[in-house]
Amino acid sequence: MKVTVERAHLLKSLNHVHRVVERRNTIPILSNVLLRAEGGELKLKATDLDLEVSEAIPAMVAEPGATTVPAHMIYDIVRKLQDGAQIELATRNDGATLDLKAGRSKFALQMLPETDFPDLTAGTFGHRFSLSAADLKRLVDRTQFAISTEETRYYLNGIYFHTVEAGGELRFRAVATDGHRLAQAEMVAPHGSEGMPGIIVPRKTVGEIQKLVEDPEAKVGVEVSDSKIRLTFAAAGEGATGAVVLTSKLIDGTFPEYGRVIPQGNDKELKVDRDEFAAAVDRVSTISSERGRAVKLTVGDGRLVLTVVNPDSGSATEELAVEYESDPLDIGFNSRYLLDIAGQLETDTAVFRLADPGSPTLIHDFGQSNALYVLMPMRV
Amino acid sequence: MLPTQNSGVEGFCRDCLVPSRPGAWRCASCGSPRLVAHPELDRLSIAHVDCDAFYASIEKRDDPSLRDVPLIVGGGKRGVVSTACYLARIHGVRSAMPMFKALAACPQAVVIKPNMEKYVKVGRQVRQLMLELTPLVEPVSIDEAFLDLSGTDRLHHATPALTLARFAKRVEDEIGITISVGLAPNKFLAKIASDFEKPRGFSVIGAAEARTFLAGQPVTLIWGVGKALAGTLERDGIRQIGQLQSMDETALMKRYGIMGQRLARLSRGEDDRRVTPDREAKSVSAEVTFDEDIAAFARLEPILRRLSEKVSARLKKAGIGGRTVTVKLKTQDFKTVTRNRRLSDPSQLADRIFRAGRELVERECDGRAFRLIGIGVADLVPAEACDPVDLVDEGAGRRAKAERAMDAVRARFGGEAVELGLIFGTDRRGRDR
Repeated sequence: MKVTVERAHLLKSLNHVHRVVERRNTIPILSNVLLRAEGGELKLKATDLDLEVSEAIPAMVAEPGATTVPAHMIYDIVRKLQDGAQIELATRNDGATLDLKAGRSKFALQMLPETDFPDLTAGTFGHRFSLSAADLKRLVDRTQFAISTEETRYYLNGIYFHTVEAGGELRFRAVATDGHRLAQAEMVAPHGSEGMPGIIVPRKTVGEIQKLVEDPEAKVGVEVSDSKIRLTFAAAGEGATGAVVLTSKLIDGTFPEYGRVIPQGNDKELKVDRDEFAAAVDRVSTISSERGRAVKLTVGDGRLVLTVVNPDSGSATEELAVEYESDPLDIGFNSRYLLDIAGQLETDTAVFRLADPGSPTLIHDFGQSNALYVLMPMRV
Repeated sequence: MLPTQNSGVEGFCRDCLVPSRPGAWRCASCGSPRLVAHPELDRLSIAHVDCDAFYASIEKRDDPSLRDVPLIVGGGKRGVVSTACYLARIHGVRSAMPMFKALAACPQAVVIKPNMEKYVKVGRQVRQLMLELTPLVEPVSIDEAFLDLSGTDRLHHATPALTLARFAKRVEDEIGITISVGLAPNKFLAKIASDFEKPRGFSVIGAAEARTFLAGQPVTLIWGVGKALAGTLERDGIRQIGQLQSMDETALMKRYGIMGQRLARLSRGEDDRRVTPDREAKSVSAEVTFDEDIAAFARLEPILRRLSEKVSARLKKAGIGGRTVTVKLKTQDFKTVTRNRRLSDPSQLADRIFRAGRELVERECDGRAFRLIGIGVADLVPAEACDPVDLVDEGAGRRAKAERAMDAVRARFGGEAVELGLIFGTDRRGRDR
């Protein structure tokens, strides 16, 4: 293989793919990035066996071929090379070394044969549709924080994407929960998504999706099979010829019947300024030593009092003016969870629908909303 | 032998408590040889009190016919020695020794099953007497404790040393068992001292001699140096505490981490830990040794459930719960396997503890036979932080409610009024009942 590429192109592409590679690997080939030069482009691919990212960049191919080299190392090298440099990649005849040349810099990298490189793309993807990158990002951003990290409930370690019939139309919905809180975001189902099975996209893949969305105007192609999802991010910006393709295994499990969790009859409505509320929660929770200690909300008579008591260090209270006309109520929440949710709300006013201090509370934006959050109270 | 007893300073007689002359070998007043004298005797106030062969002593007290026979207190034919009396120890019987080994060493020994209820009662009596000396009593186990007697001279009209001697005599007279006392400037040295002259001992280690005394002792004497660390030290050529004394603290820390600091300080006899009366428990656990090894998971399961309920009952009683569940298995060849799992939320419920433990145990069940199983929880937190209602796991919520209902029934009608089908009809070792 002998190929010349622009540093900027290679760096951007390596930046996309190298993140997938785990820093510590017991299988050597998984530390490597696959480079394949053919037909006027250089294709890069990296995987951790659960997730694979590939991308092609324009290249002058003098000699087609393929090899693999340590991903983090070549990324670091390219990152440190001068801006605007032309990089030549050439494999030696010994089949063990890749020479990387740019200006006066020369590197010799040990290779592993590309035939050893695993391929994740096999399988038939029966469902195809596309949506805008902005929509995808919104679904992911709104729900990502609620993904569980608990290994025993592996089926909660991702976002559940599925279609539902709601309000007379088909909705494409994302849900995540860790048992303490639940986040749900949805949009009108894109054409072609009808009939798609519910899928659980793992946490790491979700993180990569968030990073790969660069141009919100671009379209993202989605393909779903029984066990995998493939996302094609259309080329964005100058210099990107090929799309970034992310292929990931899905979590093999059944997402719980979350619908029952979403309270329907909570009649105590509290409206509060989102930013004031978040700032106040943040302030009073300073007094608690552990992250996420309970903050008590006392509502009644047009005001909300936030209280945190830490037996070891003291207490804090703050009062906010709110819209509230129901019976007074004391209810406790994990302060970190409140902040997480406040960070996702899109309107300036946050709406809480409360029932009693022991039942789930519904939180959502003011007015028409495509997202909602359910939070379990804490004992205070 | 410590170079302190009967040295050329004044002391007192531990039997009649009158002062003794310097260099005396017997009490001038009562003729007893049990004198104690030390240059720092009047200044030391940290003590470690340890009951001598506690369980065995109580049994001998209650049944005088056992007085002159080797006595082993321990469980069943497969159990281990809990306590061996000093006669049995002459034959080489030691605590924690498997019973078959103990009986091989001392076939004429009488074996008694432990009566924990009785021992706990006696332990409390001893503790009560300790608390009459000072509020600063830090229990280490049922039969030993650290005492800080600083500033009690005027209260008791006696030095801490004399107060302790009086206390030892009182325990013998009123409770009928003997104790050993270690008196030193700190806990580390006090603990070593109490072990020195057992039974009925009274040993003193002063600040001045600590270094010299420790120099010739093996490193395993240092609290925290177990088999593994001792092995590491041995590979590095360190066997005696004296070698550690000559090493720099920073160098030791570089090599052994935070343990290095402990090694450096304790080797010089420095220990700034305080005697804290309400040292909180770090974990709650329960375990059982089987009559015969068990390999089948199906048989371990009910035993584990029963242990989980025991742990849970103790957590509930104390108003706490824990975040980490640990299971312990001991294989046929005495290898101990421990596995732990962090729960998503702290729990005090038998159901959650059991479920976490069950998975860990199931994974270990690969045909190996086990002689012991245990389960415990650590990272303890107040009950309020435990078992929040889960949004999605309705089963757990239902089981939690069922468990609370069972607890209520038990509180009213006794511990076995209601049981899970899983453990019904079996005893704590998994045998049919």
